[in-house]
Amino acid sequence: MDMPAPDLGVIARKARIVARLREVLGPDSVIDAPEELRVYECDALTAYRCPPLAAVLPRTTREVSAVLRICWEDGVPVVPRGSGTSLAGGAMPTADSVILGVARMNAVLETDYENRFIRVEAGRTNLSVSGAVEAEGFFYAPDPSSQLACAIAGNIAMNSGGAHCLKYGVTTNNLLGVTLVKMDGTVVTLGGPWGDPAGLDLLGVVCGSEGQLGVVTEAWLRILPKPEGARPVLVGFNSNEVAGACVADIIRAGILPVAIEFMDRPCIRACEAFAKAGYPDCEALLIIEVEGSEAEISEQLGRIRQIALAHDPVEFREAEDEDQAKRIWLGRKSAFGAMGQINDYMCLDGTIPVSSLPHVLKRIGEMSVEFGLDVGNVFHAGDGNMHPLILFNANTPGDLEKCEAFGAEILKLCVEVGGCLTGEHGVGIEKRDLMTVQFSPADMEAQMRVKDVFDPRWLLNPAKVFPLATTATRRLA
Amino acid sequence: MRPATEAELAEAVAGASGPLLVRGGGTRTLGHAVGEVLETGGLSGVELYEPGALTLVVRAGTPVTEVERVLATERQRLAFEVPDLCGLRGRKGVSTIGGVVAANASGPRRVQVGAARDALLGVRFVDGAGIVIKNGGRVMKNVTGYDLAKLMAGSRGTLGVLSEVSFKVQALPEVEATLVVEGLGDEAGLKALRRALGSPFDISGAARHSGRSLIRVEGMAGSVAYRTGRLRALVGGDVTVKESAASAALWREVRDVVPFRGRPGEVWRIITLPTAAAEIVAQLEAEAIWDWGGGLIWLLTDHGRGAEVAAAVAGRGHATLVRGEGGPVFPPSTPDVAALVAGLKARFDPRGILNAGLVI
Repeated sequence: MDMPAPDLGVIARKARIVARLREVLGPDSVIDAPEELRVYECDALTAYRCPPLAAVLPRTTREVSAVLRICWEDGVPVVPRGSGTSLAGGAMPTADSVILGVARMNAVLETDYENRFIRVEAGRTNLSVSGAVEAEGFFYAPDPSSQLACAIAGNIAMNSGGAHCLKYGVTTNNLLGVTLVKMDGTVVTLGGPWGDPAGLDLLGVVCGSEGQLGVVTEAWLRILPKPEGARPVLVGFNSNEVAGACVADIIRAGILPVAIEFMDRPCIRACEAFAKAGYPDCEALLIIEVEGSEAEISEQLGRIRQIALAHDPVEFREAEDEDQAKRIWLGRKSAFGAMGQINDYMCLDGTIPVSSLPHVLKRIGEMSVEFGLDVGNVFHAGDGNMHPLILFNANTPGDLEKCEAFGAEILKLCVEVGGCLTGEHGVGIEKRDLMTVQFSPADMEAQMRVKDVFDPRWLLNPAKVFPLATTATRRLA
Repeated sequence: MRPATEAELAEAVAGASGPLLVRGGGTRTLGHAVGEVLETGGLSGVELYEPGALTLVVRAGTPVTEVERVLATERQRLAFEVPDLCGLRGRKGVSTIGGVVAANASGPRRVQVGAARDALLGVRFVDGAGIVIKNGGRVMKNVTGYDLAKLMAGSRGTLGVLSEVSFKVQALPEVEATLVVEGLGDEAGLKALRRALGSPFDISGAARHSGRSLIRVEGMAGSVAYRTGRLRALVGGDVTVKESAASAALWREVRDVVPFRGRPGEVWRIITLPTAAAEIVAQLEAEAIWDWGGGLIWLLTDHGRGAEVAAAVAGRGHATLVRGEGGPVFPPSTPDVAALVAGLKARFDPRGILNAGLVI
């Protein structure tokens, strides 16, 4: 994965830059010792590493503004970082960049149950937002699988989703407003605790802009009353086609499960060997979860059972109690760990129209043979967001490259059938060079215009999202 | 001009020698843009409809009624409940789906499912230089590149002319029911709405007008009966329950602001915090229809009270004049936000020809 050549002038000015940063942040918020910078050399895309010039851990919006102002004046690229859990390399630094970590900014600033919002500092972790409102019977809906660690700042940057977004939407549908610091240090408020924005929906374009438009330091988030209960069922099928048809029928029937998860045979077997959740050995497995009171859950599951049985499943298993519910989720929740047990893996996240599911799974199977690499599929079936996990061995020379080539082919297939490169992880550096598969030059130009407005010098996370050749003239201007 | 294809639309914009007034059906237009009329009504028809995936792709000039008809054949609908303000504003015309997106027009169900922008999966549009741009797509989860679809939603034709929009649609519920709560004053009646919205009973409408609070639930029959029962106990007051068509009629009134139709005076659309909703109205001593649990206030005022309305709302929301001449139509932005908006306008419409004079 190419990264732009670092600006040697910036590297030569390191001492001065660090001194200026220390001046505004104090001694304990600026990291510049090479051994300590190793922590920031990558995010969860660990195949690529590069220590930054320095890392800063500001405590307030004012400090973030001061840092950005200094870097803007001195032409230093800045890479914002939440918790560093990006699978796409969204927080991957370059040698001439300053990592701006918001981890110390994690306070709850305001909770308002009557108006149903919470205002937090953006370094707060996703799960601890729900934790802050749980006692009053509320929760924050987006639930990426890294929710124990990932920060709201990163969720906003990547417009993160999760297993339950079929019903509740993704980050952008649950974000009401932000405090944003632009690269020149200007602090802007976009949106607010109320509903519709006044004027253009700038918040909507900031969400998912991968830290390229500004650094979000505070956010107003919508909180929802917790449902009375939830229960999953497990349905096994001997064909991907039939499982896909069952999903479509459930959706058409107007039942709105909070989650419909899909696993294919390689993934089922790996999970079973790892977690021993008692899954049937079949071609395709659905986990469907519904919410509500006991009576409502029974009503929905009754309908789902009726639809599923019409498709002749090999198994239809309802959770009778909390323990059985946990066992149904156990295998799915340990899918990544199970695959990781077998080998190194690369996790993709293209989205496809649900109707293309059988075709896409068949093609992935064929390509798996062609590339000689195993792949297991877990899938948010309700919304078409796939997670093919390609297994490879990082210690075998050439295996990573082969895996990346295979991954690229899968993502091209996703676009070809009417889908997209990434459903919830973001582009980062990982899928940057595939953007031309999905977008015309004019499509990308329109997106880059937005960055031109927010960050005219292209200093904020500049080597991400768009192919380097496409952004070269802007970055080097 | 009335182009019939996206290519003709692009040509029309690229070749324009002066300002263009971009118009769908002209039913939601606000402000005083000037220019040669560019109608999108010629770009009509469904591109793709996949009921099993809840996906609809449609040309921007398609009439809303046609979209609703097509969806109804599969027992589906646009979840965000498109308002029809023609009666309120004394307009005639055929509302287009592109106009709905350009205005981000959303009805009572916004409290449950979000606004038009939340159902919008992708757009195609022609920018001010006549270049065709696509963004988003037809799948429900998509974070590939920047989300320009959100930027286009509510941009009122100032950044580009929509040629195609795609939506996540919703299956019709089996039944709907509305609790009609009487015998409460405005303060208590609005509080009842907030209490319902803070409950786990999945409210799809929470409004108040003419001394009555309305709370809607939709879904499977058993579930609706259960939630109606629980809510009755929760909200207090004198509760009657309306079902099916009788319930739907109540929400059309709220959605289309029917009580203010034909009444003299100006109409404001105020976005605020639900807890501020009673006070703002009391302070202005005007007649109100509250929707979104109080987060949206339709306010009927005498002529020329713009400054008072702005002052009452300051710091806790914003107000837009939707009928009348009593002040600036759109609320002002802070200078920093205005600079960003101006920057985007300059890049998406370098000649400043799209809905010239409209500053939002």
